[in-house]
Amino acid sequence: MSEIELQEVSHEFLTPDGPFPVLEKISLKVPEGAFTSVVGPSGCGKSTLTRLISGLIKPTQGSIKLGGREVTGPIPTVGMAFQNPVMLEWRSVVKNITLPLEIVAPKMPAKEQEDRARELLKLVSLEGYEENRPSELSGGMRQRVSLCRSLVHRPEVLILDEPFGALDAFTREELWQIMHSLRDEEQITCLLITHDLRESVFLSDEVIVLSDRPARNQYTTKIDLGSERTLDDLYTPQTTEQLAVLRHQIEVAQGRK
Amino acid sequence: MELSNNLVRKVVIPLIAIAIFLVVWEWIVWINGWPNYKMASPSDLGPAFWKYRVLFLEYGWDTFWRTVAGLGLSVLVGTMLGMIMGFSRVIREGLYPLLVGFNAIPKATVVPVIALILVGLDDLNTILIAFLISFFPIAVSVSIGLSTLEPEYRDILRSLGATRLTIFWKIALPKTLPEFFGALKVAVTLAFIGTNLMEIVEPHGKGLGHLFDSGKINADYPLMFAVLIALAFLGIVLFYIVVFLERIFAGWAERD
Ligand SMILES: Nc1ncnc2c1ncn2[C@@H]1O[C@H](COP(=O)(O)OP(=O)(O)O)[C@@H](O)[C@H]1O
Ligand SMILES: [Mg+2]
Repeated sequence: MSEIELQEVSHEFLTPDGPFPVLEKISLKVPEGAFTSVVGPSGCGKSTLTRLISGLIKPTQGSIKLGGREVTGPIPTVGMAFQNPVMLEWRSVVKNITLPLEIVAPKMPAKEQEDRARELLKLVSLEGYEENRPSELSGGMRQRVSLCRSLVHRPEVLILDEPFGALDAFTREELWQIMHSLRDEEQITCLLITHDLRESVFLSDEVIVLSDRPARNQYTTKIDLGSERTLDDLYTPQTTEQLAVLRHQIEVAQGRK
Repeated sequence: MELSNNLVRKVVIPLIAIAIFLVVWEWIVWINGWPNYKMASPSDLGPAFWKYRVLFLEYGWDTFWRTVAGLGLSVLVGTMLGMIMGFSRVIREGLYPLLVGFNAIPKATVVPVIALILVGLDDLNTILIAFLISFFPIAVSVSIGLSTLEPEYRDILRSLGATRLTIFWKIALPKTLPEFFGALKVAVTLAFIGTNLMEIVEPHGKGLGHLFDSGKINADYPLMFAVLIALAFLGIVLFYIVVFLERIFAGWAERD
């Protein structure tokens, strides 16, 4: 576990038509072991933010620190999962999950790597699918495998970019619960990008709303639902109120209000 | 029941179809009373094969190994070109028109040119034509396979600090194999055509194409037809070698 800290991070893409500003002075802090969600209009720069934190690209300005250390390039202590749970179709489920270990811990015996993968599969209730091919799995199952893959090398920081975005409502809620149990078992600091406000409230300790592009910090709110959460908590007067506020903020961000 | 049904469909019916074809062919030649210098009948083929059995083996081998060598060269150069074009958009856009233009030249016109430039080196000539005619689909398929790799694949590995080589080796290469083998099936047929083209257009005393040519000069129709059948057989063998390799290396991509 280590904290994520961004200070006044700005980013511009260089395009043939000149600089294209995407992020403007974004500051945020996810304490060790905490779960923060980021919501914002589509195209505002959320994925860019995740790519900056994981060191895939460098910010034009500002500083990004993981566990107090400046991010200067890709670091193996980060795990990532995306909306598109790409799998290596020629490998079994277990062998898909061990992929990061082959990069990060190539000396680790294959048996140990696979045991770790099996342990995670159990956590996401996919026992029995170890030797299946990815093409035999449903969308929700693939996303669960993708989560296992992002966690297999025991990252300190987990970055999720709309991982449940393409799933149907019921599967999504199922995965929220799984996310909670993963948090209980694995020591991770988590940053989730989502466009589902109920998801952000159900999963996180803090929700950050970004403005339209170039994204700026627009609104931040703490979620006080405790650590034992059920879906019913989403329908209490207090959360209903909070969801209404968040919805309003999104509309402001989109420039509709 | 299942099994025997399958057997009937896949073996018995095709065999019957072949038998009917041969009978009709034999019958047409017989009813017209065509002599051997006009048209061969199936019953002439056996004796033709037997009479020239040593030449068939020797020339068949010439055609086989030169096709395989040409195809091997295609795989090497085609994959390399495909990799370069797959990874760099600038190079892809720069090379594409050139490749398409080159591919559009009928190779029969290239045969005499190559034969003239590399006069006397008939093995090299033949391999070169087999290569020139067959590398294009491989280059295109590899470049398309690589350039359409979803960015998430790259990001997952790159965020862990993997090198480009590792990404290529673990993901890009295996992911491209189905397209590669699809192209290889086309390429093997093309390479085979290339080899025969050189053997027939610029006869140099080697290969089944040469045997065909001598059959033509002597109006020996049984020999010519026997060569055609030997070529078909060799073509099928080459094709199924590729299919077999595909099963081993890219069998995962098969959908039931
Ligand atoms: N490599 C890039 N070069 C130029 N523009 C980019 C690049 N990546 C993203 N963009 C642009 O930056 C903006 C934000 O993209 P993104 O971070 O993916 O948004 P979000 O994830 O919030 O939908 C978009 O307008 C997108 O077109
Ligand atoms: Mg995005």
